[in-house]
Amino acid sequence: MLKWLREPASETQITHGARLWLYIVATVIMVLLVAPTLIVVPMSFSDSQYLEFPPETWSTRWYEHYFTSPEWMSATVTSFQAAILTMLVATPIGILAAYGLHTSSLAYIRLVFVLLITPMMVPLILVAIGAFYVFVKVNIVHSLFGLVLAHSLLALPLVVIVTGSALKSYDMNLEMAARSLGAPRWKAFLTVTLPQIRFAVITAALLSFLTSFDEVVVAMFISGGDNATLTRNMFNALRDQIDPTIASISTIMVLVTSLLMVLSQIFGRAKGSG
Amino acid sequence: MAAVDMTGMNAEGLRRDGFLERLKLFGLCSPAILLVLVILVIPAGWLAYVSFLGADGQFSMENYARMINRKSYMRIFITTFEVSFMTTGICVLIGYPLAYFLSQLPARIANICMITVLLPFWTSLLVRTYAWLVLLQKQGLVNTFAIEMGLWDEPLKIVHNMTGTLIGMVHIMLPFLVLPLYASMKAVNRDYMKAASNLGANPVSAFWTIFFPLSTPGLFAGMLIVFVLCLGFYVTPAVLGGGKVIMVSMKIASNIELFVNWGAASALGVVLLALTIGALWITSRFVRLEQIVGGGH
Repeated sequence: MLKWLREPASETQITHGARLWLYIVATVIMVLLVAPTLIVVPMSFSDSQYLEFPPETWSTRWYEHYFTSPEWMSATVTSFQAAILTMLVATPIGILAAYGLHTSSLAYIRLVFVLLITPMMVPLILVAIGAFYVFVKVNIVHSLFGLVLAHSLLALPLVVIVTGSALKSYDMNLEMAARSLGAPRWKAFLTVTLPQIRFAVITAALLSFLTSFDEVVVAMFISGGDNATLTRNMFNALRDQIDPTIASISTIMVLVTSLLMVLSQIFGRAKGSG
Repeated sequence: MAAVDMTGMNAEGLRRDGFLERLKLFGLCSPAILLVLVILVIPAGWLAYVSFLGADGQFSMENYARMINRKSYMRIFITTFEVSFMTTGICVLIGYPLAYFLSQLPARIANICMITVLLPFWTSLLVRTYAWLVLLQKQGLVNTFAIEMGLWDEPLKIVHNMTGTLIGMVHIMLPFLVLPLYASMKAVNRDYMKAASNLGANPVSAFWTIFFPLSTPGLFAGMLIVFVLCLGFYVTPAVLGGGKVIMVSMKIASNIELFVNWGAASALGVVLLALTIGALWITSRFVRLEQIVGGGH
């Protein structure tokens, strides 16, 4: 250990000992980044009304409350429906656009790219009130359809960026070869190009799902009634009091996210195209 | 394709075909463009129009005049900037050492440590905000722990105010700073550092004269992403601010939800959008936009 402290740590020959402070600071920061979310997990199993850590008596009553509440269940179903549909809408639209942007050499194509990624630059609250205004006019406010449209808008930039960057590192000559052998363009794309960028496509789909599943601000304005989302109800509950049920829902959400993250690591890793 | 003879009789026709082909490919973008136009651009245009209408429906600047004249509106803008600058500043102070540490690690360990940055990045913002609400409350873990350790004697009020908001915001924004910064640090050629120390620079001056300047593109990109996101942030200040920290986005929401005043909300929205575009424009002076948005994932 002491020897290690005196060993050079980088090209400048600084020793590990001389920058021990950096290691300590970085470790503390990394713990602080992860700990808050993880601490909610044991807290959700506390029997107490006031979330304690560590819990004195363990119980699953907050989970029971969540799973037996019709409102929470209906909101959960809505959130999953919206997330899955958003994934199914945003991913193909985004891939088409990324392919179009990549292959069309029209002038001003960069402007189209900027237009398509604006939804991730514009403050969410503006997207929310804008969509709210349109949806009231065409009477789709509080509908699943409207929610999916708005969430697809938010997911679109991620799909365009992720699949677009995969197309950039993909060799277009492969598709050319398929076409010169007689495959129509759409078939060449589906059978040659798409399998090659599949990791990026999977990553993009997972990101679309999460974008919708975690979204709060837009859902607050345009979802409601029977189609209120989980995050909308959580946010409303949070503003009033600290309801321990939220801890159990948070735990479940962290579980869903971790699962998706692991999936993306498994599928996205293989070729580094994610 | 390249072998096609463009000089023959068919040149005109081939050129037209080529153009049509490109147009068709461009057409693939149309569903995406339509979605952005209908749900974002057109409503935004309408909101901008409404912001110039007075209570009587006639053209008027009253919605903008209100922002300048009323103290409460000025306060909201000051708070928004305060939160955005503070969050960005703290993120730099915390994020730079972390990114530097990660960039120095061997690839395998770095990938494992990177999970601590990516996990919060993927976790729901609402869940993380809630976690801080629980941790920071009067009988929360932070207060109990600090009192036990003797750091302070009585439970401190560290949530439902500016402190709580900043803690939550920094936690949420940190990955947005660390990820582009890390990418930029990884791209620094290590031989430069070797050369610097070979020429007699001590580690500290080699860092400040060589490494730090080369890491600034990622640093600026990260700082401006954080700043822009903070400007329009809603959820975290609404929950952790406890009504004491009112940002522009919250005022926009309450103008619609409580007062149904589209004019006032729209005018605030226009100003918020202008600030966001301004910050992004400054960013584009330093780095390419694609680099920034690509750095996030």
